[in-house]
Amino acid sequence: MPGEVVLETNGLTVRFGGVTAVDRVDFALRERELRCLIGPNGAGKSTFFKCLTGMLQPSDGQVYLRGEPVSGLGPHRLARLGVGIKTQVPSVMNGLSVHENVWLAARRRSGDANAGTLQALEAVGIADLRRELVGQLSHGQRQLVELAIVLAAKPWLILLDEPAAGLSGEEVERMVGILRGLVEHATLIVVEHDMHFIRQIAETVTVFHQGRVIAQAPVEDVLEDPLVRDVYLGRSL
Amino acid sequence: MNSRILMMEAGRVLVGTLVCALVLPFIVDVHTATLLTIYAMLALSLGFIWGFGGILCFGQAAFYGLGAYTYALAAINFNGAWAAFALAILVPAVFAGLLGALMFYGRLSDVYLAVVTLVVTLILFKFFNSTAGPTYRIGEARLGGFNGIPGFPTLTVPGDPGTYIYGAGLFYFTIALLALVYLGLRLTLLSPFGRIIVSLRENEERTELLGYDVRFYKSAAFALSGGLAGLAGCLFANWAEIVTPGLFSLGQSAEIIIWVIVGGLGTLIGPMIGAALLGYLKFVLGHQSAVDNSFIMGVLLIVVVLFLQEGLVPTVARFMKAGLRRPSSKKSRRQRRRKRAVSNAG
Ligand SMILES: Nc1ncnc2c1ncn2[C@@H]1O[C@H](COP(=O)(O)OP(=O)(O)OP(=O)(O)O)[C@@H](O)[C@H]1O
Ligand SMILES: [Mg+2]
Repeated sequence: MPGEVVLETNGLTVRFGGVTAVDRVDFALRERELRCLIGPNGAGKSTFFKCLTGMLQPSDGQVYLRGEPVSGLGPHRLARLGVGIKTQVPSVMNGLSVHENVWLAARRRSGDANAGTLQALEAVGIADLRRELVGQLSHGQRQLVELAIVLAAKPWLILLDEPAAGLSGEEVERMVGILRGLVEHATLIVVEHDMHFIRQIAETVTVFHQGRVIAQAPVEDVLEDPLVRDVYLGRSL
Repeated sequence: MNSRILMMEAGRVLVGTLVCALVLPFIVDVHTATLLTIYAMLALSLGFIWGFGGILCFGQAAFYGLGAYTYALAAINFNGAWAAFALAILVPAVFAGLLGALMFYGRLSDVYLAVVTLVVTLILFKFFNSTAGPTYRIGEARLGGFNGIPGFPTLTVPGDPGTYIYGAGLFYFTIALLALVYLGLRLTLLSPFGRIIVSLRENEERTELLGYDVRFYKSAAFALSGGLAGLAGCLFANWAEIVTPGLFSLGQSAEIIIWVIVGGLGTLIGPMIGAALLGYLKFVLGHQSAVDNSFIMGVLLIVVVLFLQEGLVPTVARFMKAGLRRPSSKKSRRQRRRKRAVSNAG
């Protein structure tokens, strides 16, 4: 069951010139919670993630991890603090083998890097691909490789940006199983558009729209919310 | 890394080096063979940072020249030539490390990096050119402007300060060092440090997200490459027995890049072969005046870029592998690519 608040943002704001991609977002997440983030294209979900991983510095506001302010720290520092991200476009090393990709993450943990690599590959179910060149794999497989990279580093806060995109039906089922297993020992935020997927994994959903949080409630309530329906006009929920 | 890989690698390098050391002096004279070996070392230094770190440095000649000048200046001022030898590696390495840190911690993009390294080379060229006259001196040594510095003590046999290393001795010394450097780089690429360097060539963002400070790793790799170029410069100083500002010239910088492209970017063998072949070609062409030298170099580069995009060594390797197999199905082609990735071409 979720515990104390481990991630908090206060008035988090990111501006790109005239565009405010993230607009005064106050967000809180408890330990071992699995939160879904939804919102139409351009709502600011990925930008929000980038602030949590240090890939972007907020124009305003602050991010707290376990009560400590972390703005100003670069991605490698946040990674060492235990934040892992699967980005929207798979960010992997295409020219290296699957094993090498995951090994680079696993060796950051104490213990046997090869064992850690194999463990992560098996958790994601792609151990048989370990000798393959990542660049030769399908989009869905690359998503899984990236997930294995994230898992191998054993982060306590895991951010997944559209993990089900481009996956086959069978792979989606596998992803659902993996995420359910992860909540046992990690805190997760998952950005997704696929409502069927969200229904299977989420308890609470946060809705972004034009950089703002416009709703936050249990998944069924959110889908009934007229404001949310309005934002998603034309989309079937 | 297990010791079996190390032994096998060392064995292959030893055989390759012995063959080169025995054969080269029959193709060209020992004096020229030494120069080609030095060129190979210089190309190797760029081939490492560019082919594996993904960092295109337009100013490799700066570290090369710095190594040569450091050796000359230190050899005149110090008693032992070997202290000068060590400094000639150290000074360019530190210089490259600092320059790299400045660029990488400043998050310079690739284009600006190329420009900065180019400008640094130009500045050094201008500077050493303008140091004629007795006011420009470091200790006992005068910098000598465009005439350079002649007449410094060259390397001697350790324990026997009266015996200079020159001629065939210098050739064998140089080629042994090249073999050591090559082996060292191979092992570096197999080590965690080397894998991180390749990883940031492949995907800098992901490497950083894994918790690696890419600015540090890039600066360190840049320093290593600078030190190796410095070593090549030091050997050149011993070979030529004079150092001149021409070492820092843009032509020199461009030539190194051409060697690497022609030989094959992304391998260690390729740049060395590219340097030796083109160096030899230049030597042959130097004996005639019918065709302009740089014209031929330019044409060659264009031919390689257009027809052998991967460079000589990867292309030849591919043909040899293809020759060993039956005409390839889609699957075997994929396996071959996979193999190439795993062995990380070397
Ligand atoms: N680097 C950038 N420079 C300028 N504008 C940007 C940049 N990155 C994002 N934006 C803008 O910020 C807004 C939010 O983008 P973001 O990618 O965070 O949306 P998203 O919710 O992830 O959308 P999607 O569902 O399509 O992935 C968009 O209007 C986008 O155009
Ligand atoms: Mg997005």
